[in-house]
Amino acid sequence: MRYLPKSESERRQMLDTCGAASLEDLFSHLPPEVRLGRPLNLEAGKSEYEVVDYFRARAAENANGYASFLGAGVYSHYRPVLCDVVVSRGVFLTSYTPDQPEISQGTLSTIFEFQSMLAQLTGMEVANASMYDGSTAVPEAAMMAARITGRSRILASRALHPEYRQVLETYAKYQGLPVAEFGYRTETGALDLVDLDARLDEQTAAVIVQSPNFFGVIEDVKQAAEMAHQRGALLVFIFSEAVSLGLLRPPVEADIVAGELQSFAIPPSFGGPFAGVIATKEKYIRQIPGRLVGESKDSRGNRAYCLTLATREQHIRREKATSNICTNQALIALMATVFMTVYGKQGLRELAEQNLAKAHYLAGKLPLKFSGPFFNEFVVKAGARPPEAVNRALLEKKIVGGLPLGRFYPELEDCVLLCATEMSRREQMDLVAEAFAG
Amino acid sequence: MIRKTRPHITQNEPLLFEISSPGKKGYQLPELDVPAVNASDALGAANVRDGIEGFPEVSEVEAIRHFTRLSTWNYAIDLGLYPLGSCTMKYNPRVNELVARLDGLAWAHPYQPEELSQGAMEIMARLESALEEITGMDAVTLQPAAGAHGELTGILLIRAALEAGGNPRKKILVPDSAHGTNPATVTMAGYVVENIQSNDRGMVDLETLERVVDADVAALMLTNPNTLGVFEAHIVEAADILHAKGALLYMDGANMNALMGIARPGDFGVDVMHLNLHKTFSTPHGGGGPGAGPVAVKKHLEPFLPTPRLKRAANRWAFDYDRPRSLGRVRAFHGNFGVLVRALAYILACGGEGLKAVTMDAVLNATYLRKLLEPYFDLPKSAPSMHEVVFGDDRQAKLGARNVDIAKRLIDYGFHPYTVSFPMIVHGAMMIEPTETESKRELDLFADAMISIAREIETDPKQVASAPHLTRTSRVDEVTAARKPVVRWRPGATPAD
Repeated sequence: MRYLPKSESERRQMLDTCGAASLEDLFSHLPPEVRLGRPLNLEAGKSEYEVVDYFRARAAENANGYASFLGAGVYSHYRPVLCDVVVSRGVFLTSYTPDQPEISQGTLSTIFEFQSMLAQLTGMEVANASMYDGSTAVPEAAMMAARITGRSRILASRALHPEYRQVLETYAKYQGLPVAEFGYRTETGALDLVDLDARLDEQTAAVIVQSPNFFGVIEDVKQAAEMAHQRGALLVFIFSEAVSLGLLRPPVEADIVAGELQSFAIPPSFGGPFAGVIATKEKYIRQIPGRLVGESKDSRGNRAYCLTLATREQHIRREKATSNICTNQALIALMATVFMTVYGKQGLRELAEQNLAKAHYLAGKLPLKFSGPFFNEFVVKAGARPPEAVNRALLEKKIVGGLPLGRFYPELEDCVLLCATEMSRREQMDLVAEAFAG
Repeated sequence: MIRKTRPHITQNEPLLFEISSPGKKGYQLPELDVPAVNASDALGAANVRDGIEGFPEVSEVEAIRHFTRLSTWNYAIDLGLYPLGSCTMKYNPRVNELVARLDGLAWAHPYQPEELSQGAMEIMARLESALEEITGMDAVTLQPAAGAHGELTGILLIRAALEAGGNPRKKILVPDSAHGTNPATVTMAGYVVENIQSNDRGMVDLETLERVVDADVAALMLTNPNTLGVFEAHIVEAADILHAKGALLYMDGANMNALMGIARPGDFGVDVMHLNLHKTFSTPHGGGGPGAGPVAVKKHLEPFLPTPRLKRAANRWAFDYDRPRSLGRVRAFHGNFGVLVRALAYILACGGEGLKAVTMDAVLNATYLRKLLEPYFDLPKSAPSMHEVVFGDDRQAKLGARNVDIAKRLIDYGFHPYTVSFPMIVHGAMMIEPTETESKRELDLFADAMISIAREIETDPKQVASAPHLTRTSRVDEVTAARKPVVRWRPGATPAD
């Protein structure tokens, strides 16, 4: 087996040192009834060439060479070459969690930069070292709000990503955190402030609002936050399209920001691995879940970074920890860090403006369901043909259309969620418009 | 004598924000092929932000030098042995990276039509069935994003199944040797943790177990081999005690590298377990993620697995969302698919015999290091080692250097430290897991380093207690970092080195 570095004679020498007659001998203390008395029923090991060949064949069975107008939490943005170059460096790729700061300053410095940029981007004071993804960051933010307020009810917008809501539901069920939803306005697609106000009570720990929401509509976060704060609840702001933060006003009124960074050079990869993040105000730093990197000095007085506030975490606090989260998404967060560096202050804005222009070009040719302002996603009424039929027609033109919404919103059965990014070309958008018209 | 390293020059590098200057660019966007849109007109001026205060502006050249320079400050498995116990730092084959980046896989959108996702679904199905065979379990979900996430999924599964039977019960038993994620997970799943003491061999004590398992106990959460690297000799009897009283056995699969092709949890009474693909199945740790934490179950728990499930119908793969008894979703989309691809690539490269060879070499390496180091360090638990071995620091502590000091001195010798002070049942624990990746030469160098440090402690313990001496960063003041946390850069912050 090519991943094992020993010759037979080396094995023999080592077995002799161990006083073992054979490799099997090393397992002779195991109770016989637990031993697998046969070889594993798996194929023989393959050469590198065969492994590549197998995956090339599988990749060829997926969509290839299609233009896509799918968004819905996973976006097609150009990935600068530098992102893969940096994360492919063995010293980043194959290093462990930076528990030993003396030999982990590379990873620690980049995480510190990540935390700083995410704080700048979200308008929060502090951000953590990353979460698994956006969907799991939502319940972690809700649990954090419950700890801070000492309250237990969660109010989530119905225009929060449906799969994020499902994950929230799963986590909250056993935490004693009942989740209720508040609606969206059928004309604008934005959250229904009247409904929110009616549902807020003195037991509400958090109001969870996504913007742009699942329909692509930009929410009035300021007003939602005011409403939540009046009743002593926290406002949890969720984002799933990070590029929007290059252009949209940051959610400074929020108490906790949780989001998904897939848009920052992370390949769609059938849904993962992605990287989430939680950002918040400085005063809540000890309630934040997951890893945090802090600045310090070494014994020679040089600036140095280390993991910090570990007393929040499971390996110290065990059953009293803020979360059971251990692994974060360091390498993916590094990808995002390189992306933010390549685009920088000016580039992220330009990129966001291109997304806005493309989406508004396409939207201009289609019947929109909602009137609220949108960034790069929007809901379209399918018209004469059902959404599935429009998508089938598009597939013939090598285009993957938008997401039919009936699956998540029965009331929007005739609607499609479409997304355009800087990667969407004008001629393809024209074909999409034609398909809806036809 | 230090044989593996000698110092070389490293580059200093400020933070991005400190090398940033206005107007620098590392990007160029294509020209728009549609009319530009005025953001304030389209979105309303109140929705549009000013510039991102403090965000970096650097050129492409500066960007690549920045990250390359920082990268040289890291240790990594590509540089040598990473003896972290229970972390299984093994070689990360590069072909795995290549196949995960194939366009048809890397650019697959989770909502693209199923007929255009058959390759991705086939990969998932094949991985599920390989993991079933390796663990001896009946069904696998690939949705959890990491080990701790898998634990949560597993405990929620137990809860859902017991609840369906009318009583979710109240407590989960966790041995005192368990990983910290275990008790934290139990709390997140709404259960109460009851710690149980291990016996003097470091194993679960059957009499204790018999006594504490009652109608309130939902499950025992066990790592096997446990965190001492010891196989739980009475695992079958332990499972019987639990099952007789209606409780389940959860296995933390962090140490599965010791069992492949040798013994299967499904054959020794485990009802549900998670695997860490970033440990046993070679996907890179990446400085702390991403991982993946599939959960494997026996048939009776299958209906409760997260939605959706893969199913084969009309000669193709489909996702089944109609799962009325499912515990729900634990993550959006289909889990860390890119990590799943890498793990399957590893399993295909190894094959059944190769995986067994991996386990045998992993156990050989741990046993070999144990033999070489036993004369110099205390071995508090004498049961045979599987894939890892835990020493105590009593002998060295008496002379003035603790486990943490030896760990830091190892850095000067060119090695990453072992796991320090875990498991907590061993005083001054030094937990060493070499994995199968290490050659005899690397192991001999490591043993020499440990023995040399033991000798240094006899003559000059201060030299060890103040290590490392040869790194560009010396011991970091972690106490001040936690007391006054500075977790982001601000203008006017500490200048660079």
